[in-house]
Amino acid sequence: MDVLITGIYILITGSLLGATYSLIAMGLALQYGVARIMNLANGEMFIAGALVAFWVVTSHQLSPYVSLVFVVPGAFGINWLIYRYLLRPLVRRAKHRGQLEVDSILATFGMGFILVGVLREVFGGELFSYSYLLEPIKILNNNFALNRVIGCLVSALVCGLLYLGFYKTRAGMAMRAVAVDPAAAGLVAIDVPKISALSFALGGAVTAAGGVVISTFLTDMDPSGGVVFTLKALIVVIMGGVGDVRGAIVASFILGLTETLVATLVDPGFILAAAYFLFVLVLLFRPQGLFGRRRA
Amino acid sequence: MLSRMTGFIKMSLAGAIVFALGLGSAGAAETIKIGAVAPKTGPLAVGASITHWPNIKLWVSQVNGRGGLRMKDGSRRKIQLITYDDQTNPTEHIKATIRLATLDKVDFIVAPYGTGFNVAAAPHFAKYGYPQITSTSITDKIPQLTKRFPGLFFTLGNTTAFVGSVVEILAKLRDQGKIGNRVAIVNVAADFGIELKKASIPIFKKAGFNIVYNKSYPLGTQDLSPVMRGVKASNPDAFVAWSYPPDTIGLTVQAKIQGLDVKAYYSAVATAFPVYRNKFGKSIEGVLGAGGLNLDSPALQTYMADHKRVTGKEADFWASPVVYATLQVLEQAIEAVGSTDRKAVTAYIKSGTFTTVMGTWKFKNQVIPSFWTVGQWQNGKFYGVSSTGMPGEKPVAIKRGW
Repeated sequence: MDVLITGIYILITGSLLGATYSLIAMGLALQYGVARIMNLANGEMFIAGALVAFWVVTSHQLSPYVSLVFVVPGAFGINWLIYRYLLRPLVRRAKHRGQLEVDSILATFGMGFILVGVLREVFGGELFSYSYLLEPIKILNNNFALNRVIGCLVSALVCGLLYLGFYKTRAGMAMRAVAVDPAAAGLVAIDVPKISALSFALGGAVTAAGGVVISTFLTDMDPSGGVVFTLKALIVVIMGGVGDVRGAIVASFILGLTETLVATLVDPGFILAAAYFLFVLVLLFRPQGLFGRRRA
Repeated sequence: MLSRMTGFIKMSLAGAIVFALGLGSAGAAETIKIGAVAPKTGPLAVGASITHWPNIKLWVSQVNGRGGLRMKDGSRRKIQLITYDDQTNPTEHIKATIRLATLDKVDFIVAPYGTGFNVAAAPHFAKYGYPQITSTSITDKIPQLTKRFPGLFFTLGNTTAFVGSVVEILAKLRDQGKIGNRVAIVNVAADFGIELKKASIPIFKKAGFNIVYNKSYPLGTQDLSPVMRGVKASNPDAFVAWSYPPDTIGLTVQAKIQGLDVKAYYSAVATAFPVYRNKFGKSIEGVLGAGGLNLDSPALQTYMADHKRVTGKEADFWASPVVYATLQVLEQAIEAVGSTDRKAVTAYIKSGTFTTVMGTWKFKNQVIPSFWTVGQWQNGKFYGVSSTGMPGEKPVAIKRGW
C-alpha cells in the first residue's frame, strides 16, 4: 500500500514538475524549431510575464490568470517587433544555418541584458513572490499544492491548443513545413519570412504566458533570474529534438518524473546530477534529440 | 571575447553615467566621493536590492539633506556617490573596486555585500588603505582575517554563534518539555548552507538531539515537495533549514501544503525579509529564522520609518539596520576626524564609540561582539529572541500549525 501511495505521489508530482518545464521550454521550442533563432533572452521574457502577473495580483487584487488577457497579445507584439527589426537582418545576411545560429545567440544574449535592465528599472531588483491558491489538495492520500495542479491543467490546455494549431490549421502546416526545410517551404508558395516571424512571436507569447502560470507557484521571481529558466529550456529543447514541439513536451515530463523519482527514493541532493546524466545520455545515444530528425 | 566585449560596453556606459553625474554636481562646493560596488544583477542581486542598496541610498540622502559631512574647518561637504554593478561576479567586483580607488579616486568605499565578496575584496581595500566596515558578512575566520587586515571590521556575527543559538533554543524548549528530541535538518547545497550545516551537526549531537533527517538539495530546486515529504515521514519534533531566499520560501510553501506539524520551525536567510510575511501572512506566526531585531527600540523604529519613506521599501528584520549602522560609523568617524584622512578615520573606528540604530557600538579587536542570531515572527513582526548580549530579547513561542 505504501509503495502504491509513493508511486502515485511520484507520478503526480513528477507530472506537475514536467508541466512546469514544458511551460518554460515550449516557447523556445517554437522559436528555435521554426524560426531557427536560439533565443537566449527566453528566460527574461518568461520573467517579464511572471512579473506582470505579480503586479496584477498585488496592485489590483485580481487573479494572476487575468493578466493573460494582455500578457499574451503584448508579448506576441513585442516579439514580432524584435524579430522584424532585430533578427530579420541577421536572417537575411546569414549564408547558412550555422551562421544564423551563432549570430542569433550573440544578438539575443545581448538582448537579455537589456531586458534585465528594463525589468529592474520597472519593477526593482528585489524578490517577488505572492500567494495564490496556496492550499493542499488531497489526491489518494498525498497532499499536492492546488496552484500547481491548476497550473498543470492550464499548461495542458496551452499544449492542446498549440497541437490543434499545429496540426489542424493552414498556418500550422506552413510552420511545420518551414521547420522541416525553409528553402523547400519557400518553393511551395509559403511566405517563409512571415511564417518565421509568426512562430517567433507565438513562441514569445507562449513563453510569457508560461511565466504567468508559473508565477502562481514559483517561490522566487527576480529580474535577473531569467538565465536559470533559459538554461532549463535549452536542455529540454535539445533533449526533445529541434523542430518538434511534441519532443519538448515529452522531454519535460521525462525530466520532471526523473527528478522527482530521484528526490523521493534516493536523495534530493542528486536532482541536478540525475537531470544532467539524462541529458548526457540523450546527447550520446540520440544527438538529434528524442523527436529530432537526423540532418542529411 | 564575448564577456570582454560586454564588459567593455558596460564599463563605457558606467563611465558615461558617472561622467554625467559628475557634471551635474560640478560647480557646487567640494564633495566627498564615496564608492560602492555590489550586485545589481546576478544571483545575489535580490539580497543586495533588499538589504544593501536601499541603505546606501537612505544614508546619502540623509547626510546630504543635513548639508553634508562636517569637516574640521566647520565647512560641510556633501556626498557624491559612485556605484558599480559587480554582476555577482568576483572578478568584476575587484575590477570595479580598483577602478574606484585608482580612476575615480574616491575618498571611501562602502564594504561589499555578502561574505565571499568581502573576503575577496579585503586585500584590495587594504592595498589602497580604505577601511572596510563589513555588514553582511558572517564567518568563523574573523580572528585570522582581522589580524591580517587591520582596516577590516565585522558587525553581523560569526557562523558558530548563529548555529549555536538555534541549538540552544531547541535544547531549552526540549528541557522544558515543550518539544521532543527528534530534529530534521535540511540545507541548500551552496556555500553558506553547507558551512552552517557542517557546523551544526556536531553541536546538535553534543546537545543530545536525535537527527532523524539530514539531506541537502541543489540551489534553485523548482519543487521542494519531495524534500518536505521526506521530512514529514521522519516524524520530527523540530525542523531546521540552512536555507537561502528562494528555498526558504519554497520550504514554507511545502510545509503548509504537506502540513508539517512541528513545534519549532527554523529557516535561515530570508525568513527576516518583509516579502516572507507578505506572502504567507498569519501562517508564519512562530517561525524562527536568522536575524531578528529589538523592534521596541525607538531609534530602530525611526530608522524603519525613514527607510520606507525614502526608498519606498521596507527594511528587512536582520541585516538592513546593520548595513545602515556601518554607514553611521563611517559618517561619525569622518566627522570626528574632520577630514578624509583614511588612516586617521580607520584609527578612530578602532577606538571610538558610535551611536547607531543598532545601539551604541564600540569595536573590540575590529569586531562588534553583540549581535542578533535568531528571530521569531510574533504578531506579524520579526523580534529577536536570541543574541550575544543584545537588549530586548523576547521569549521563544511554540509554533502552532500553519
